[in-house]
Amino acid sequence: MSSYKKRYDGRKFDEMRPIKAQVGVIPNADGSARFSFGNTKAIAAVYGPKQLHPQHMQIPDKGLLRCNYTMMSFSVTERIKPGPSRRSQEISKVTEWALSSIVDLERFPSAVIDVHIMIEQADASTRCAGINAAVMALVQAGIPMKEMASSVSIGKCDETIVTDVSKEEEDYEDGEGATDMPFTILSNTKRISHLQLDGKVSQEKFSEAIKAAMKATEKIHEIQVKALKNIGEVIEA
Amino acid sequence: MENSNINKQAILNYLNSGKRFDGRKELEYRDLTIETPVSNKAEGSARVKLGNTEVVAGIKMSLGEPYPDSQDKGNLSVTAEFTPMSNSDYEPGPPQIDSIELARIIDRGVRESGFIDLKKLCVKGGELVWNMFIDIYSENADGNLLDAAAIAVIAALKTAKVPKIENDKVLFGEWTEHNVPLTEMMPLVVTFHKIGGKMILDPTYLEEEVSTGRITIGVSVGKQERIHSMQKGKEEPMSAEEVEFCVDEAFKKAKELKTKIDKLLK
Repeated sequence: MSSYKKRYDGRKFDEMRPIKAQVGVIPNADGSARFSFGNTKAIAAVYGPKQLHPQHMQIPDKGLLRCNYTMMSFSVTERIKPGPSRRSQEISKVTEWALSSIVDLERFPSAVIDVHIMIEQADASTRCAGINAAVMALVQAGIPMKEMASSVSIGKCDETIVTDVSKEEEDYEDGEGATDMPFTILSNTKRISHLQLDGKVSQEKFSEAIKAAMKATEKIHEIQVKALKNIGEVIEA
Repeated sequence: MENSNINKQAILNYLNSGKRFDGRKELEYRDLTIETPVSNKAEGSARVKLGNTEVVAGIKMSLGEPYPDSQDKGNLSVTAEFTPMSNSDYEPGPPQIDSIELARIIDRGVRESGFIDLKKLCVKGGELVWNMFIDIYSENADGNLLDAAAIAVIAALKTAKVPKIENDKVLFGEWTEHNVPLTEMMPLVVTFHKIGGKMILDPTYLEEEVSTGRITIGVSVGKQERIHSMQKGKEEPMSAEEVEFCVDEAFKKAKELKTKIDKLLK
């Protein structure tokens, strides 16, 4: 029996925190969006496609998608030193992989699309909120895409699978402790373009986590689409 | 670019007829050798060869203050360097994303598996604990540094001795008879690459260059079988079935690797 029987914030195990999504939030950008899971707030901006400099970085037969994930220094209790950290560089890279597969990069030889993601307030699942915002920003920028993508963090507290992990759940210590599994699922083909895992989980529980991720990302996708159809409006769910 | 495309096509043609350049099966590792120590100044160190890939890992320990959130545990730090001598594509300078990613994946596996009993590395609760520095260097990078590095780290840890202490200071260069406290949960890493719809293990550098999707699975196969770290790499997405196939296969391969490592370290 799992020791985690009731969630800290009273949610059902498969329930996400309140979501807010808004498209078109940075006038200078070609596309932009905000996305939040409860107290986790992310903002993303897309610039491009544009000429890539220096020239030797250009790829002759396709475009390049570059991603830059940053946590604002005051987004967490203990100030983060500004500038790239090992963690933020890794998250930038996995986000780049997650998004590169959905953008039709063959249409932009030698060009670059820059995706900037910033976390204003952090309460776990920041990379997922960032990816959700970035996908909306890419669509708003009018960049041809193969499909969309939605991201959610599935957790395991002792033996209980939970959807959209909060900070308290990330720090759960009883029994098998906490496992964090961020997933990014493509909207049409349901393929996985991003997956990480950190913790302790059996093969059976991992299968359960995949199912939870599929279910939650379907709902996130609906919200992203609704926000894109109502540019400027805050969509809540 | 041109050359890479020709190689890619050749590798694809080979894989489609069920072959690899070096004659291996799709899910077959290259020969593994382990040599210890690499440096007699280290608390523990090891050289691992997987075919032509060669990686060394070393353990150094020092005394320090515990972190505020783990007052009674030793500290762990993992770094990795893809050295310019190990491949002409690697350049000197600050760590690049590939080596940062490798170090972080290995760190998560070692930490989450509980392979190092960090509680036993506390000297005085809240005041003095051991810092464990695990540093990894590539000496010849011919693909699959991730899996090779995990093995090197295990071998270095298994052969490491705790240094002597006097008046809360480390006597560097002198060691106790005590091994670094380890548990049964050996944190292995099994990385799959997707090339032209085929899933392969232990790619050479050439195969790695043409692979379009990667998934790295860190597992421990002691008394329990658990996944501790996972990372989807590269651009090509994978289906849930493909990921579950890799997880299943990762446990099988990790068990084989564990048996090999135990035998080689005897």
